[in-house]
Amino acid sequence: MHKIWLIIQREYLTRVRKKSFIIMTLLTPLLLATFMILPGLLITMSGDEETVMVLDESGLFGDKLENKKDLKFVHLAGSLEQAKTVYQETDNTALLYIPKITIDNPEGITIYGKKNTSIQTQMRLENALEKEIENQRFMASGLDRATLDKIEADVKLNTINLSEEGEKDNNAIITSAAGVVAAVIIYFFIFLYGVQIMRGVIEEKTSRIVEVIISSVKPFQLMMGKIIGIAAVGLTQFLLWIILSFVAVTAVSAAFGIDAAPSPMEQYQAGKVAAEGESVANLDEETPEEAAANSDEFANTIQDVTQSFANLPLLLIFGCFLFYFLGGYLLYGSLFGAIGAAVDNETDTQQFMMPITIPLVISFIMSYSVVLKNPDGAVAFWMSIIPFTSPIVMMVRVPFGVPAWELLLSMGLLIVGFIFTTWLASRIYRVGILMYGKKINYKELSKWLFYRV
Amino acid sequence: MSILKIDGVTKRYSNHTALDNVSFAIPAGCIFGLLGPNGAGKTSLIRIITQITGADEGEIYFRGERLKPDHIKDMGYLPEERGLYKKMKVGEQLLYLAQLKGLSKADATARIKTWVDRFEIREWLGKHIEDLSKGMQQKVQFIATVLHEPTLIILDEPFSGFDPINANLIKDEILRLRDNGATIIFSTHRMESVEELCDNIALINRSQKVLDGPVREIKDAYKTDTFQVIGNGHLLVTSPDFKVLEQHENNGVFRANIKLENGVKPNDLLRYLVERVEIHSFVELVPSINDIFIRKVTETHHA
Repeated sequence: MHKIWLIIQREYLTRVRKKSFIIMTLLTPLLLATFMILPGLLITMSGDEETVMVLDESGLFGDKLENKKDLKFVHLAGSLEQAKTVYQETDNTALLYIPKITIDNPEGITIYGKKNTSIQTQMRLENALEKEIENQRFMASGLDRATLDKIEADVKLNTINLSEEGEKDNNAIITSAAGVVAAVIIYFFIFLYGVQIMRGVIEEKTSRIVEVIISSVKPFQLMMGKIIGIAAVGLTQFLLWIILSFVAVTAVSAAFGIDAAPSPMEQYQAGKVAAEGESVANLDEETPEEAAANSDEFANTIQDVTQSFANLPLLLIFGCFLFYFLGGYLLYGSLFGAIGAAVDNETDTQQFMMPITIPLVISFIMSYSVVLKNPDGAVAFWMSIIPFTSPIVMMVRVPFGVPAWELLLSMGLLIVGFIFTTWLASRIYRVGILMYGKKINYKELSKWLFYRV
Repeated sequence: MSILKIDGVTKRYSNHTALDNVSFAIPAGCIFGLLGPNGAGKTSLIRIITQITGADEGEIYFRGERLKPDHIKDMGYLPEERGLYKKMKVGEQLLYLAQLKGLSKADATARIKTWVDRFEIREWLGKHIEDLSKGMQQKVQFIATVLHEPTLIILDEPFSGFDPINANLIKDEILRLRDNGATIIFSTHRMESVEELCDNIALINRSQKVLDGPVREIKDAYKTDTFQVIGNGHLLVTSPDFKVLEQHENNGVFRANIKLENGVKPNDLLRYLVERVEIHSFVELVPSINDIFIRKVTETHHA
């Protein structure tokens, strides 16, 4: 065990100290912050103050057109021709001409602009005029605005889940997002860090250090040390991303003075990710009670933010995420390691990568196209049970609610699955790392499984 | 007492036999040459000794005990294919490899210090392996092999890739380690390169042991009672006790290879020659290990 620990340390430290790791870790949150802030920033910047000149021949509107923060009205008198001349000499946005109309027949209102008036301006003016005409019509029919506001109905559908635990608010969008975000993270984690395992093995093979190492440790120890070490690198990067993203978003928002209060959706995602990172980081120091307390506290904070979000089975989602995150990584990680051992250089990996890539990509595509639309269908069911697709597909399903037996079956099979792939990989690995200059095919690989070493 | 006893070891791969019932013993405290052409099975045997692979049949005893994982820390192995982590610093790499062999961090650090001072490479410690020349890397790798003070040091083709100066440095270190009680196994196909270093050898050819024992005894067994004589004068050998195998004469200087027959002694030849010519040099022609190997292999083929 001591030796595995040494290997884990080396794998971890050499990677974490790499420039590429540091740059990636710093750059990604910055990009993320930029993407989150940019749209808000752009909208604010486009909102220049506009001034519209008004020539009201009907006298209906008078000073009823209210000045707003970025939309001002300047009233003119005289004929249309005069108004046009005045308007031409200013750099105001538009000239609004209201001919002699009645509130029953508000036809012929015209906007004159120097260039095409933007749809936004046009709509704002229409709204302002409509509202005022409506007001006047109400007055004419003996109603006032206040009365009307009381009458007006505003219907929003609340979706409620009826289940044994009682009623729960539910929101399909947030539910889907929770699962999809988790699934996407797992998908990329498996690929990014699985390939790192493969590269690490190839590096040891091509630099020929592997023979020195395995005269000190068992090949299995070397393989597992590498897989666990790289997992730790991934989790570290992940945790740093979350922390730095928060810092970056907050800093950028503050710097630009944007009211970047995240939508419930964003807060949900960020919070979820944060909680995951937190529980991972604290795994070794925290007692389970403390961890649970933290999660509860976290859940409470979220509850304030959005009701439907808090009603998702958060603890369950976090738990599942962690499980499928690590389970999926271990399942595929050892296979990536075996590929590295079977080849001499990265260009030869292609033929062996296919069988690993395909189930991952398929589960990723199916998650969007099928599972999300029908989380309880047959496709979703089977793909969330089979270990090679379950880490991604099950994560999409979990927020919608999955029967306990399905979840347990899926988890159990994933454990069996990664024990199997690790066994398989270690058989290939122990032969492959000492095999040089030989083109390997599947037939050869299958022979390795039964070599006595 | 033998530090390593190889007893009937057989190793088969899917399409060939790498070792076929190989047995011999390696005495403690000697330099042992494991010799044979490429592909004879030397590396397979070494990998079994270092427990990288296991034998299909037969046993290996290390200091009288059956080989077990715990023995690994008493062995140092320098593989033929040298390699280190290219992106790691020399100091970190040595520390890591020593710790994998079971040294504590403090012990390893202290020993690394001793070794880098001995090789005068202290300033390399902070350098990455990839920034060192090939010869420098080999030195680092040699240190890594012996850092944990193994009692059995296995060096596969130890001098390939070393320039003559470094090769001598390594030779001296090997002799010093031997004098401090370590046993060293040299594995090489270039038999002449280790002949003068080895106390004992085993010859392996086509997965079988051909010959083993102390170098002196083997040479004695294979010597042909042939002497090379160089001197002045015209040499004409007529006695039936001496057979001239080869003779050259140039400007009154002759060189002859003479074989003793009928059980006569070297001194008889000397007396015979002294009466006839002026002798400058009289040397016994001892077969090289390479000659013995070739003889032995052709014998076994004909047999």
